Amino acid sequence: MIDLSTALNTAVRSDVPLLPLFILLTSLLAAPVLFALPERAARLRTGLNLGVAAMKVALVAWLGIKVSQGVIYDVSFAMLPGLEFKLQADPLAILFISLSAILWLITTVYSVGYLERGPHRARFFGFFSLCVAATVGIAMAGNLFTFLIFYELLTLATYPLVIHRGSAEALRAGRIYLIYTLAGGLVLLLGTLGLWVLAGNTDFTPGGVLDAVVAENRAAAQLLFVVLVGALGVKAALVPLHAWLPIAMVAPAPVSALLHAVAVVKAGAFGIMRVVYEVFGIDTAQALGLTAPLAALAAVTILYGSLRAITQDDIKKRLAYSTVSQVSYITLGVALASPVAAVGALAHLIHQGLMKITMFMAAGNLAEGMGVKRVSQMDGIGRAMPGTMLAFSAAALAMIGLPPLAGFVSKWYLAQGGLDAGAAWVVALLLGSSLLNAVYFLPMLYRAWFRDGSETCATPARPRIGWWLAAPPITTALMVLVVGGFANAPFSPLEWTRFVVAIEYLQE
Amino acid sequence: MQSDPMTLTLFAPLFGAILAFLFPRAARALGLVAVLVTGGAVVWLARAVLAEGAVTLALGGWAPPLGISLRADGLSVAMLAMTAAVGLLVSLGALDALRDARQTRYFWPLWLLLLTGMNGVYLSTDIFNLYVMIEVIALAAVGLTVLSGTRAALRAGLEYMYASILGALLFLMGVGFVYLQLGRLDFAGLITAEPSGALSAALALMVVGLALKTALFPLHFWLPAAHANATAPASALLSGLVVKAALYIFLRLTTYMPLPDEVLVTLIGTLGAGAVIWGGIQALRAERLKLLVAWSTVVQIGLIFIAFARAGQVGLTESWKAAALLILAHGVAKAAMFLAAGRIKDEVGHDTIRELDKSAIRPTLAQFTFALAAISLIGLPPSLGFIGKWSLMEGAMAAGYWHWVGVTMIGTLLSVAYFSRVLAGFLRFDRVRAPLGEHQGWALADVAPLTLAVSAIGLGLLAAPILSFIELGYPFGAMP
Amino acid sequence: MTPDIIYGVTGIAVFAIGLVGALCAQDRLRRVLALKLASVGAGFVLVVAAWRAPPAAPDPVPHALVITGIVVMVSATAVALALIRRLQSLEAEDAE
Repeated sequence: MIDLSTALNTAVRSDVPLLPLFILLTSLLAAPVLFALPERAARLRTGLNLGVAAMKVALVAWLGIKVSQGVIYDVSFAMLPGLEFKLQADPLAILFISLSAILWLITTVYSVGYLERGPHRARFFGFFSLCVAATVGIAMAGNLFTFLIFYELLTLATYPLVIHRGSAEALRAGRIYLIYTLAGGLVLLLGTLGLWVLAGNTDFTPGGVLDAVVAENRAAAQLLFVVLVGALGVKAALVPLHAWLPIAMVAPAPVSALLHAVAVVKAGAFGIMRVVYEVFGIDTAQALGLTAPLAALAAVTILYGSLRAITQDDIKKRLAYSTVSQVSYITLGVALASPVAAVGALAHLIHQGLMKITMFMAAGNLAEGMGVKRVSQMDGIGRAMPGTMLAFSAAALAMIGLPPLAGFVSKWYLAQGGLDAGAAWVVALLLGSSLLNAVYFLPMLYRAWFRDGSETCATPARPRIGWWLAAPPITTALMVLVVGGFANAPFSPLEWTRFVVAIEYLQE
Repeated sequence: MQSDPMTLTLFAPLFGAILAFLFPRAARALGLVAVLVTGGAVVWLARAVLAEGAVTLALGGWAPPLGISLRADGLSVAMLAMTAAVGLLVSLGALDALRDARQTRYFWPLWLLLLTGMNGVYLSTDIFNLYVMIEVIALAAVGLTVLSGTRAALRAGLEYMYASILGALLFLMGVGFVYLQLGRLDFAGLITAEPSGALSAALALMVVGLALKTALFPLHFWLPAAHANATAPASALLSGLVVKAALYIFLRLTTYMPLPDEVLVTLIGTLGAGAVIWGGIQALRAERLKLLVAWSTVVQIGLIFIAFARAGQVGLTESWKAAALLILAHGVAKAAMFLAAGRIKDEVGHDTIRELDKSAIRPTLAQFTFALAAISLIGLPPSLGFIGKWSLMEGAMAAGYWHWVGVTMIGTLLSVAYFSRVLAGFLRFDRVRAPLGEHQGWALADVAPLTLAVSAIGLGLLAAPILSFIELGYPFGAMP
Repeated sequence: MTPDIIYGVTGIAVFAIGLVGALCAQDRLRRVLALKLASVGAGFVLVVAAWRAPPAAPDPVPHALVITGIVVMVSATAVALALIRRLQSLEAEDAE
């Protein structure tokens, strides 16, 4: 158990105050080197990629331990009078940054296998690295202004990844992606400016910075909330701003995996979390009457995404709609304004990442190993690629919410939170959503395991994919089992989540 | 000649120009040395301004209103520094870009003369001196425009010449009016003058002349052809630096002689908005890369005028800073972009936007540079362009002028649209018929534009020091 | 009507005629001439600024300014004429 009282009451200065900056720079500085490496220097590139990713995991672990001991990290300098570029390592940041560091390492391994002989690897890994740097920045941003900087960087770094294949279709998808995300970024700029002009402060502080503004100008604060959540909702794929996500599926599998699990979609959800908890403060947001509409919007998104997923034959599209639905659990948990639901939301941030990345990597393996891209082609594939399909199945069952897997834990807390907040409809919603999850995932598992495939699906003489591709989804699937089964162990995501929620809700 | 950084910034390029003209074989070396010496003088001057605030020097010991004096404060040193730094990097880029002996022969004297004129503008303290300097700039700039010697460049250069002379004459007419009214032409005289109808008329004449020179919509007609048809280093200088001189004079004049009416401020902003929208539409339609970049200059100039008008008449005391930030940001980013566009054209062999993705040759580094410059021009963080745009919108929002916020956002979306026409082509490969190499088109010539583009992004992080620097020696009320 | 007003109004009128010509004329040479005319008009205004009711001596500063202006304009005209000649010879080549 993390000792809350020490962590909250003692502000110890760190002996390595620039640690957050180092973590940011590991991937930011790796990017230009990766860009400059010649295409043929594959070993060097792989070594560098893995080295930096592993280093980042180690640094993040160090940071996490320090933060849990109550050390405060705060790196900042003024970019404009009064307006700071600020990195901080609060427990919420640690939660997200750990997810990104670990999944980056795993996705890097997967990408190396996936793109082994493809073109433009230098470019790919360069932007990949920038993308992770942006995610780290988003996690550690100490104010909305800094958040905005990395939010835009994320858009710019992911665009070349989405259109990596360079085909007309990819470019079309990329254009739609860019229109949505840059327009979202522009609205976020507007919102950040609005916050700055209204409150004169964009800091993320538990309890928020808008008390004075709310007292003075309630309507302006409400409008600001709508603008900010709308801007972040683009990346979080809230209905009706979700249309880019299924289209962006044209990206290579590791990119989709990263986009859905940790980078883009999560950046949006994480941003909503920061805005509700630390710009407005949960009490203020509730007092403004804004949490209920947000919860309703999240509920609509959850149902809509699931319903659309059922009719998709393309595996990646089905997974994409499932993401639309699943990510809104996070928003729902935030909007319910109950500490228990918040625990569920934060845990789901991690759990959904682990589950979804497993499924996308597995889907990529099916396409690579067997050329299977549609649900209707999945007959008998479990026997052809047992490892991949086992991982997929575990993640799918977890998504549906089978105890004691990861998805169950978050849904349990969300439901509890719903009851706690006096919103019993949440329980019905979660049950309905789980049912829909089952409707679109179980047929896939059924086809894979219980149907006979064509001859091509017969047990192969040799593995169809290399270890670089096979190991990552299996690893993340194991993590799905572990975080669910050992949810109450110290340093488990759930435990850390309680630590975070205590800060957000107990600041008075 | 006194040993003084201010006179050095004027005479180093002037003598460099003369020597480079007399000894064409040594033109490159002489040119680089002259630019370096100028840069050194600017650093020296910057130290002086940092230490003492504004620095004034009466040439030949004659004080104004009779003599000519030079004055440097934070804003003028920032402009000098931007000019010297961008100029140095463009000079380095020109070493590679200009291979033709005739072009090299005329480039260096013209560019050094241009540098003299611009430094003169940034140090002048009276409006007649400014008139002479903008004429010097105009002559050198027209020379640079027609350097390539093509028919299109000559036609564009002539058109530019007409616009430039006309602008200067309008300015001169305004100078005449001021003298009629006040009997003196120095800034101190302008500041202390009582507002009157004649002075307003003079200001109007000068502002129209400057708008013509800086290509404010709808007086921008000469710019796209002139900037698009010049050789790449010349385009970089014309777009990055030359239009800034007139903008700077505009900022100074409107500080000394406040616009008499709110309507005029709104009018200037409206013209800026027209530039942003019309220029954006034209950039969307441009078929050639350099033409697109030239139209983006029209847009950016419009944006700078919006920054000027962002908070109306009462906001002018602060708004000039937003405009100055955008001026600096555009100078660096646009020079990088024109050099990169020139590199792309050199490597690929043409600059038709629609055909770029068919080429098997991909000048990767130049494309990357172009993308970085585009980030700053679109105004994405953390570039200096972003900071400029942020300041613009912040002031407009605080003053409740939402229309300027709206126009800026529309302009941003338009700029994303027209730049992504180019950038998407860089990343598209399915139309290429020949096999691709890897990292093609790396050359030493990419270093200068890349440095500029990286600076355009990185300077955003230094915005706070830049902002406090340009305020040194300000406001002018303190001047003797 | 004092001489300064007559001169001043004439100067502005000449400037205006030049302005209209520079904007409206099609022929390259005519436009240069129109600009010259406008510069003469501007010069007039400056000369008027030097005028003092006799017996006071005229103010020398505007005279210096006018001379500078003339020099600047001469060089500008030279550049413009050189450009026009070059263009004409290129266009003559095209026509052949």
